[in-house]
Amino acid sequence: MDINNYVSSGILELYVYGALSETESSEVTRILKQYPEVESEVSEIEEALIQLSAAVAPADAENLIEAIKQKLSHNPKVVTMESRRSNMPMYIGWAASLLFLIGLFLMFNKNQELRKDLQALQGEKAQMETQIAEARTDADKSKELLSVIRDKDIIKVPLAGQAVAPDAYAAAYWDKNTNITYIDVKDLPEPPRGMVYQVWSLQLEPLTPTSIGILDTYEEDENKIFALENMNPSEAFGITLEPAGGSKTPTMEQLYTLGVVSS
Amino acid sequence: MQQDKLIEELQAGNQKAFERIYELYSHSTYGIIYSIIKDTSISEEILQDVFIKIWNNASSYNPDKGRFFTWVLNIARNASIDKIRSKDFKNKKLNLKSDNFVDILESKTNFFGKIDAIGLQKYIDALGATCKSLIDLLFFKGYTQKETSEELQMPLGTVKTKNRVCIDKLRSKVLR
Repeated sequence: MDINNYVSSGILELYVYGALSETESSEVTRILKQYPEVESEVSEIEEALIQLSAAVAPADAENLIEAIKQKLSHNPKVVTMESRRSNMPMYIGWAASLLFLIGLFLMFNKNQELRKDLQALQGEKAQMETQIAEARTDADKSKELLSVIRDKDIIKVPLAGQAVAPDAYAAAYWDKNTNITYIDVKDLPEPPRGMVYQVWSLQLEPLTPTSIGILDTYEEDENKIFALENMNPSEAFGITLEPAGGSKTPTMEQLYTLGVVSS
Repeated sequence: MQQDKLIEELQAGNQKAFERIYELYSHSTYGIIYSIIKDTSISEEILQDVFIKIWNNASSYNPDKGRFFTWVLNIARNASIDKIRSKDFKNKKLNLKSDNFVDILESKTNFFGKIDAIGLQKYIDALGATCKSLIDLLFFKGYTQKETSEELQMPLGTVKTKNRVCIDKLRSKVLR
């Protein structure tokens, strides 16, 4: 490249004016860095123009620097401030969505907890209902039993402990109208495994025992009172221990309690 | 301080560098603004705004794209042109004078600094009408080569070479 021709073309003046396109300016900057004579030419053009325009200034501008510095100190980093301000909505947006997510998560957790609580409560409620129903049944039974005991038409027969179990005690409540005999065996010892109590209605002259029931639900029955059907003209009641399933005739050696119906 | 270093310091936010930049460019910037605005107090306001912009936007100056002076020149010209186009300015019916930098120089009574303004004035007068117009349009008003060629009805290439001659003459006078 002929540098002298380049310099005298007048492009450098236009460069300093800012009259060239961006591409042309970049090209001049590149050449200027390569050739010191171009650089010094540009500096001289610039200096001449600075002098010329300075001469046009109507007054000395030196005192204005203080006013400018004051304005800048009031608003020190305008650019930074603005960019920070413009970022705020973004940060707020992110923070809000994060909070929203956390909120959702907490709600979800809470919901799960409540669900579990509800299930537990429903379970408890069902249990409670069962218990209430049972209690009601028990109460009904108790009422029935109480009415039996109080009924004046019912004959109470105490059954005293015999040789095998002197401390044993039982009672029979015989309702002749309904032909039901209630046997209370609360004070009998628990029968050994494989054995059951069997209740007998006895006629004394001659001694004729008739089985009126096997207490095979002894363990399950809480109040140990059994209602047995008895249509016999009973004169006495006895309870013997028999092998499971009961016997046709009482095993007299295992007679636990016996009581005579008072006439 | 070297020019490149000074600008780097300015871009780094060094206040001393800013003050030095102000010393170097404030008078010429003021002259450019005044040649467009032709009102001292409004020019002062714009000058302040221009230097606040220089401080705040220093990082946007890219040395590969042109001279720092050219960057400042563009900010000053754009701020001034924005002002004269503003409603506020038009309402005040300012800028009715069609003076260019030559008229301003000729009417000036006070000069300051190191400039031999009276000598400059005489010399510019001697530059001739074409040079005055070229420098006024290209430098003070920021016209492009094409706009200048149309305005002065002068071939595009002639604008460039003729202007070169004018600036050479100016340099021989001011940079002795």
